[in-house]
Order: sequence, then C-alpha cells, then structure tokens
Amino acid sequence: MTIREKDVPNISEVVKALSERDQEISDLKAKLLKWESTYERANKRKAVFNSGSGTEISPLYTDLDRAEADPGLLGLPGNYPYTRGPYATMYRSKLWTMRQFAGFATAEDTNARYKYLLDHGQTGLSVAFDFPTLMGFDSDHSRSLGEVGVCGVAVSSTLDMEELFEGIPLDKVSVSMTINGPAIILFCFYIAAAEKQGVDTRVLRGTIQNDILKEYQAQHAWIFPPNPALRCIVDMFDWCSENTPKYNPISISGYHIREAGATAVEELAFTLANGFEYVEKGLESGLDIDSFAPQLSFFFDVHNDFFEEIAKLRAARRIWARRMRKVYGAKNPASWRLRTHCQTAGVSLTAQQAENNIVRVAYQAMAASLGGTQSLHTNSMDETLALPTEKAARIALRTQQILAYESGIPNTIDPLAGSFYVETLTDNIEREAEIIFDEIETLGGVVPGIESGWFQQKIAHSAMRQQNEIESGERTVVGVNQFTEGSESIEIDTLKIDKEVEKRQIAKIVALKKSRDESKVSECLSALHQACRTDENLVPKILECARSYCTLFEIRDVMQEVFGSYKEPVFF
Amino acid sequence: MDESRLTSTSMNEVLERFKAGKPAALSRGISIVENQRDGFEAFLHAAMQTKLQGRRIGLTGPPGAGKSSLVALLTEFYISQGERVGVLAVDPTSPQTGGALLGDRIRMNDIAIDENVFIRSMATRGSLGGLAATTKEILDLMDCFGFDRLLAETVGVGQTEFEIARAVDTVVVVLVPESGDSIQAMKAGLMEIADIFIVNKADRPGSDKLVKEVRQAIHLRSGHNFKGFAGHHGPVIEVHDTAELNELDDELGWEPLVLKTNALTGEGIQELTQAIESHEEWIQGSGELQKRRKLRTEVRIREVMHRELVNRSIASRTVNKILTKRVEAVLSGHATPYSVAMELVDQFLEKDQ
Amino acid sequence: MSEERRVRVLVAKPGLDGHDRGAKVIASAFRDAGFEVIYTGLHQTPEMIVSAAVQEDVDVVAMSVLSGAHMTLFPRVKELLGQAGADNVLVTGGGIIPKDDVKELEDMGIGRLFGPGTSTKESIAYVKEWFAIHAVSR
Repeated sequence: MTIREKDVPNISEVVKALSERDQEISDLKAKLLKWESTYERANKRKAVFNSGSGTEISPLYTDLDRAEADPGLLGLPGNYPYTRGPYATMYRSKLWTMRQFAGFATAEDTNARYKYLLDHGQTGLSVAFDFPTLMGFDSDHSRSLGEVGVCGVAVSSTLDMEELFEGIPLDKVSVSMTINGPAIILFCFYIAAAEKQGVDTRVLRGTIQNDILKEYQAQHAWIFPPNPALRCIVDMFDWCSENTPKYNPISISGYHIREAGATAVEELAFTLANGFEYVEKGLESGLDIDSFAPQLSFFFDVHNDFFEEIAKLRAARRIWARRMRKVYGAKNPASWRLRTHCQTAGVSLTAQQAENNIVRVAYQAMAASLGGTQSLHTNSMDETLALPTEKAARIALRTQQILAYESGIPNTIDPLAGSFYVETLTDNIEREAEIIFDEIETLGGVVPGIESGWFQQKIAHSAMRQQNEIESGERTVVGVNQFTEGSESIEIDTLKIDKEVEKRQIAKIVALKKSRDESKVSECLSALHQACRTDENLVPKILECARSYCTLFEIRDVMQEVFGSYKEPVFF
Repeated sequence: MDESRLTSTSMNEVLERFKAGKPAALSRGISIVENQRDGFEAFLHAAMQTKLQGRRIGLTGPPGAGKSSLVALLTEFYISQGERVGVLAVDPTSPQTGGALLGDRIRMNDIAIDENVFIRSMATRGSLGGLAATTKEILDLMDCFGFDRLLAETVGVGQTEFEIARAVDTVVVVLVPESGDSIQAMKAGLMEIADIFIVNKADRPGSDKLVKEVRQAIHLRSGHNFKGFAGHHGPVIEVHDTAELNELDDELGWEPLVLKTNALTGEGIQELTQAIESHEEWIQGSGELQKRRKLRTEVRIREVMHRELVNRSIASRTVNKILTKRVEAVLSGHATPYSVAMELVDQFLEKDQ
Repeated sequence: MSEERRVRVLVAKPGLDGHDRGAKVIASAFRDAGFEVIYTGLHQTPEMIVSAAVQEDVDVVAMSVLSGAHMTLFPRVKELLGQAGADNVLVTGGGIIPKDDVKELEDMGIGRLFGPGTSTKESIAYVKEWFAIHAVSR
C-alpha cells in the first residue's frame, strides 16, 4: 500500500486509507502470532542466525517491520535520497563498468595485459602498482629490494607512465589508479603522460584512489602525517575541479577497511565518516561544496552475506545524500549522489579448493549489481595464491559478462526494493552507522580516532572475532572448516615474476637520470620544496617535476623533508 | 633440551661476552635474570662488579598516553648528545593466559637499529606494581653494561607506580587529556612519585585544563598556595633559568614540573630534556640522589633476602617434614595455622643456617 | 628458583606491504597461547628484524609476507641472524607463498611456512613442538 505523490488525495480518502491500513496491520499481527507458535515448535538448524556483521536475523520479515517507515526513505532512482540508485535509468542506459584491477612487472608488460583486457571486452582500466611505488620508493631504492614489479606494476617516473599507456588512448579509456600515499605524484605522472599523448586534460575520465584516511586505519601505505597528507588531497580537489572535471580525484574506500577485518556496518560507517572528513577539509580550505563534492567517488567491498551487502550499498547512498544536503548544505544534486566502485571480497577467497572461488565471486558480483554499483572488479580464483594468471583473470571477467548479459538482473532498476528483508536491513544498517558516527564524534573526529588507534582496534577485534568463529566452526567456510578434502595439495598455475624485472627497472632509472635535463630537475624540485612550506596548491609544482622526469622518490623526498613522516600507532 | 646448545649458552660464556660489551650477551643476560634461571644471582653478582652510574629515568602513565613515543624522542636526543641509551619497556602479562603482547618497539623504529641504543621489552609476568619481579635487577644489569642513560617505561594506572619510583632517579608521569576522568583516581598515587608531569597530545582539547588540574593538585599536596605561580611561569612552565628553579627547590624541595608535549610533532621535547636535567641537578645537589640510591640499595638487599628466604624455606626438608605433620594438628583443632607458621619459622631460622 | 620458560616470539612484518591483518591475528593468538610476543609493526627491514630479535632474545621470529618478496626477505633474515650469532632462532612465517618456493626456503633452513587459511592452532602447535625440542636455555 503506497501513497503516490502525483494523485493528491482528499482528506476523507486519506482517513479511509489509514483505517484500512490499520485493519491490515492488525490482521497481519494475528496471523503472525499463529505462525510464530508453529515456528517455535519446529526444529531449527541453529539457535541463532546472524548476518556477516554478527547482527541477529529474524526468521521472517513482513510488512510489520516497516510499518512505521517513512516512504520518503526510498524515493526513486536518480532522486534524493538515492536509495534506489544514483542514476534515473541505471543499467538500462549503461551497464556497470567492468574494470579489472591489473598490473605487474614493468610498464611494458602491464601495457600488453591492458591491451589484452580491452580486446576481451573490458571497459575500463585499473592500475595496480607494486609496493615500492605505493610507498613512494623508486625501483632502485634499497627498500624496494625483492618487491619491484611483484604485486603490481613499477612506476618510478613519467617515463614509466607513458609506457604503461602506450597505444591506449587516454581520451577514450577511463583509468582508475590505486595509489594513496604518493597519489598526488602519480596523478601528475598520469597528467604528464596524457599531455604527451596530446590529450586535453579536460576530457580525462577515471579515478585515483587517493584515500589516505583508510590507509592509516587499515591498509597502511602511508608516507606523510595526516595534516599535510590531507592538504595534498584538498589541493587535488581544487585543481581537478578546474582542470579535470570528469576525473574523480578520490575514491573513498571501504574495501581495505573491510579486508582488514571490519564488519559490513563498520566498513560503511568508517568509510562515510572518512568521506565527511574530506568534505570538511575541503570546506575548511575555502572550497565551495558544490565545486568538489560531485567528483567524490566511493569504493566498497562486496562480501559473502548477500542481502547485507546489497542493503549496505543502498544505505550508503541514503546516508551520504542526507548528510551532503542537510549538514553540508550542498545544493547541486550531483553532490548528494554517491557513486561507487565495488570489488568482490579478496579475504573471502580460499586457497583450499580454489576453484570454489569462482562461485563465491559470482554471488558477490550479483550482490554488487543488485546493490546498484557503478563499476565492478571481480576477483580471480587464484588471488590468494599469487597474481592471477590470464585464464583466471578471464574467467573473472566472464563472470561479470554472464551476470550482465545472461542473468537478466540489469533489466530492471533496484529489483529488491520493497523486499521486507532488504528494506529492513537497509534501515537497520543506516541506524547502526549513525551510532558509529556519534562514537567517532565523541572521539573528536576521524583523525584523533586514528591517532588513538580506535579504528585500528575496532578492525583488529572484528578480524580476531571472525578468525575465532572460523576456527570454532561457528562460521562455515566451505573447503576450509567443512567439506574439506583431507590433505589436498594446492595445485594451481600461478604467475611468477621474473627477477630480471627488477634489473630492467633499475637500468631504466639509471638511463633516465643520464638523459634528462638535470638543471631543470633540481630547479623544479627546489620550487616544490618552497611551495610545500606555503599554502600554495602543490599540483602545478609537482606536475612541473613530472614533466621534467623527476622520479617518484625524488619528489617524495623533497615533500617529506617539509612534511615529515607518519608513525604508526599500533593497537590490538 | 639440546645439550650442545645448553653449553653454548653457559653463564660463564655469557658473562665473558657481557664484560666484553657484546649486546647479544646483555640480551641473554637479561633473559637469565628474567627467567630467574638457576644461578642468576651469582651471574648478577659477577656482572655487578662495576659501579652503577647510568642516569635513570622512569616514564609511567596510563596505556595509550604516548610513553613509547616520548621514550623514542628522548632517546633520539640523548644519542645526539653522544650518549649510549638502554631502554626497558615493561607491559602487563595477561592474567588469563600468561601471554603478553609487547608492542612498544613499534614507536621506536627510528632508533631501533642505532648501535648506541638497546631496547628490551618485558612482560610483568604476574607481578604487581607495574614492574616485573626482576625489572630492577635488569635495570642494574643494563647499568653495568655501561649505558649512560637508562629509560624505563611502565604502565601506571594509579596505585601501582611506586615500584618504578624505587628503581629510577627521575620519574616522569605521562598523562593525556583523554585520561582526564581517571586522573582523580590516580592522582594520589601519581602525586607521590612524580618529579615531572607531562601532558602529552597537547593539541587535544582539554590539555590546558588538565595542566591546571595537575598543578592545583601539586600545590594542594605541598600545602603551599603559590600566588601568581602560573602567571610567573606562563601556562607551561618554561625552564629557561635553572638557577631560578634551584632557588625554589632549596626552600621547598622539589616542586614537580608540569609540561606539555606533543610526541607526534616533537613539540615540548626540548623542554622535557631540560626539565629532566634540572631535576638531575637538584637531585644531585640536594643529596637526594644519595638518599634515593641508599634506599634503593637497602630495598634491594631486603628483596634478595626475602626471595632467598622464601626459596630456602620452600626447599627446606625440615620445614616440609614438620609442615606435613602439623597440618593434621590444625585440621584436628590442636593447633592453628598461626601457631604452626611461627613454629616453622623458628625451627627454620635455627636449624637451616 | 627457575620458573617455567615462556616462549618469546618476534612477530614481524617485513618489506613494504601493509597487510597486517594476518600478523595481528597471529600475534594475538600467540599471546592467548601464553607466549610473550614482541610485535615490531610494519615496514621492517631485515636488519631491523634481526636487531630486534637479538635484543629481545627471542626463540622464534615469525614473519608475515604477502607481497611476493618472500624469496628475498626470509633468506636475508636467516642470513643476518646467523651473522649475529643467533642461528638457533627459528625463522617461520606465513603468507602467499607458492609451493615450490616453500620447498626452496625450507631447504635453506627456514621453518614451516603457513599458507592462507591455516588455523592459528596449527601454527601455535608447531611453535610449541619446536620449542619443546630445540629451545635454548636462557
């Protein structure tokens, strides 16, 4: 029974409708009591059924659960509060972007993989950098030893970035880059590489992760302390709103928080709280909310508990919309709209019976599409073992294609809306998130929460609890603690990185340093050093360094001299 | 237990390498003492043939106050002055499992591989008082190894910090604005032992209020009401002129200093090192150091005696024999635990000499 | 009066990868098993790990490596421990380590390496067993 806005009813109709409604509810209550007595008498598989987050799930959801709910909470897709989707037409106009995260060895090797993926119907690129790059070290730095090109591609300068996208038109393909600590530097390498291709930066589409708060909380690839790191991010908001209006200068990420152990509710609440923090930093620096908020994007994990994950994405959109409008006073609907990338849960994959992962990924991908994601990465079955092989990566992509073209799921928008269960879950998750926001506020905000280790402790406790549940058998993991196959040996082809990669990368840096204009290099670096001491926007300075082929570590080092380095507060 | 390995770590060998200044031998020596391995007292006796002269600073305060970060910053300062620094970080053992998670090194990464720094973590192993049973002996051992400075870090929550005061020359109590509520409870204990109060994380709201509260508590305790004291020294006591402070001390003894720091940015560290230095000057000049060392030594001798007496009495055949018999007497109502215990002590002291 | 010797374990996260979920879970599990665990934090070089292992006089160094740099990091730590005269320390760990590499590392004298999905009980049992047989008196 819904009351549509269009046909404005007269008062007597309303009164009649309401009394009918009352009658319906009391009928339902009576029937439910009877059902409950049947339920109580029956055998149950477990005493208590919990969601992945550990909240108790009722045996049955009915109209009663949402009898009091405000119909305005739902709305229509593309309309405030966006519970049903950020866009009016959703997958009827455009399917989610199938964006597989990839990168390994040198820029040249990864470039070949990108071309392969694009040829096979992938619609966007997603760059995985190696650990030295993520931490701001060049391939020839002593701390990079053994890690060059191993878990992603090594990019130490604009030259590497140029090679990474050689033959790939950056004005056509949207590129997402997973980089945080040194994001501002890699972003400038990317801009410089695009310029080299002759592309106008105003047409560039893509996303840079650039979410340092969750690095402090969960992922741990940081360089600078919070304040200068946040300044770099706000500088990018400012610069991008002018120069790359179609590019997302941040992807506020719950993924890593979840992978580190948080529950779905914690993931949602911590991520949105981080989002609010970025908004507040932007406002503090004098930016207008509607100048940068439309370019903020999100990134969530999609884990095993199917309905909880769907509800999480729906609740996220609603909370964000409300805050942006009511608390931060955004006027542009584009500022209210939460757009997100999703990835299936890496932690849910098992090394045992690794082929089962294909099935896990498929269900998770389905939840992401039912939750209304804008783009999706599906994990490869072998990712707990090593970097994915070509075959495993292809199956992962095919999983998305089957979902998109065979399952019929994208035919209608938000198909689960109105489900008693999904709507109740959505409401509950929203309520639980609000409680966490209040807690964060009493800590003094996100940064004090990080410095006191509050977030880290919450995440570690949840991780420990899940581990205990698995070890006690309370939580079933197929092939790990149930339905195991004795002492199976794990046989699966995995991709190995040749040790030659490191040598080639080092040789390349040596050659670069010989061929570039050194006086230009030191000039740009000292200009950057100066700028770091002032309030000046750093993007143009770093871009100048990128154009002059200063290396990642050279730039990082100059910045670190002024900004200092972050020290880890660890709590258990 | 592997025999060849046993001999390779024999105490004599450890002792020799200890005297030759090998850090690995100090490390093993600490384990010997910590585990109270048979003969550890002889080991300590042999190692302690040099005069103890390291300057000892203890840092205590609630968990999460930033003690380890302050220790790291102090260490950085002292090594920049050419000193060798030994750090002992004590954390509680879990009473349920007997295990412990010792994470203080995390904040000390910057100094961890400096050859002039030695860091050791230890668990309290069920001992009360914030220190492990052998912490003071380990500090002595580290002192003998030749560090110029010893920094001991312990968790203190209000009633248990007295032990550290007995082990060091200068006690620094570290507080944070968030610990405000618990201050009331711990105030009495902390007031007794603190030579210097640090309000760390001074950028947080509530830090000025905490400084004020602590200062009031100090003045209440000392029975003086320093009119204009805060005004004279400013919101944070700045130690520019130690002569001025000394003058104050001569009249009043040592008035605990209250300083603000921010271990994340390093703010206030210089002031802290100055405060420590002026305390050291006072404690030396006033004869207080001698007094404390004397007391420390006396307590140590008593503790060793106590441990030895307990151990011997537990091992004593006479005691055990009589004990087994007399238990029956207590059970049958012919004696009480008190009469038996007195009897046993008398017997033990007479016969087990 | 010698009391029962506690197992001392250094749990370390070498290299640049910041995924410390596993390291923290195992550190907590080791503590709950009654071990004294020294946790070093992230981004440790082999030199830092060995220096800590020597100063803390541990029985075991347990490292978590998910970055694929295991063939560099495990041998280097083992080598430096040897140079420091601490070759009786067990070097063990876990992470994403292919089978062939596990074999190669074990041949070099590295202890057991645990793959993803290993229960913490299994690692605890392994350390206890090793300790009962090989632990040095200290």
